Amino acid sequence: MTLGVIGEKLGMTQVFSEEGIIIPVTVIKVEPLTITQIKTVEKDGYNAIQVGLVDAKEKHLTKAQQGHLTKNKLGLFRVLKEFKVEDTSSYEIGQTLDASILADIEKVDVTGRSIGKGFQGTVKRHNFSRGPMAHGSKNHRAPGSIGAGTTPSRVFKGKKMAGNMGNETVTVTKLQVVKIDNDKNLLLVKGSVPGPEGKLVTVKPSRVKWN
Amino acid sequence: MNVFIDEIEKEMIKTDLPELNPGDTVKVFVRIKEGNKERTQAYEGVIIKKQGSGSNKSITVRKVFQGVGLERVFPIHSPRIESIKVLRRGDVKRAKLYYLRDRIGKATRIKEKMTR
Repeated sequence: MTLGVIGEKLGMTQVFSEEGIIIPVTVIKVEPLTITQIKTVEKDGYNAIQVGLVDAKEKHLTKAQQGHLTKNKLGLFRVLKEFKVEDTSSYEIGQTLDASILADIEKVDVTGRSIGKGFQGTVKRHNFSRGPMAHGSKNHRAPGSIGAGTTPSRVFKGKKMAGNMGNETVTVTKLQVVKIDNDKNLLLVKGSVPGPEGKLVTVKPSRVKWN
Repeated sequence: MNVFIDEIEKEMIKTDLPELNPGDTVKVFVRIKEGNKERTQAYEGVIIKKQGSGSNKSITVRKVFQGVGLERVFPIHSPRIESIKVLRRGDVKRAKLYYLRDRIGKATRIKEKMTR
């Protein structure tokens, strides 16, 4: 239920702390956000603010999208995202947000879409064990038994099997904020974040309690 | 590499470091914190490996101390490294001098590089 920032994952590097300890960091380029719509309980059933980011050309948007954005003369955005908030009164349409939201925050949660791995077997997808590769064995990377026979005479739902791996929304929690550069709009968080370089990730103040 | 990442790394790179190559005998001055006091410790040895790029560059320095081979890795742009002094330039034909690990005594000598 809090506001966050959205930015492009640029890649990883490492920085030195004051004591000379090496910290692995992910660099996120925070996009300036413009509030495009405010949703309220009375009108929409929930409180949220909608933000637009990444400038777009007219030809990339549908008429409906253009109408929604030109209504308040905000310019055109390629991406629209929502943040649920408890109170919308302090926000107004057209207001811009930047990385300074996270100024006093020590730990953040980062959400992104993980790198797609395609259709993968159980060994890679669920860390199943491999069979012997030699000595006459024909069971190399097979999944093995998927359940008993007559009882229950079906396969349980959620059984770990081969299938599409990656390309799903993943959140990593409790990442330490190493540095915020307001001039260059850069955010440095400790550790890795989901997704390939160049994709958008959402950074919110951590909702997991930590000591 | 991304331009922004390059900029971040550039800020941390030291410009006053000498040129370091495998085979060189160097003296590395490391800041060590003992309680509240800070002092500098010197470590002398031969560079057997250069690794990494940008701010991430490190060297492995090998010396033999009381008959035991000792190798330490120094991230050369770390604020803990006060300075690095090159005592002798070595003339070697490898980028990684792992063969020194198998040699003892006189065999570990490295030819000095003659510069014009």
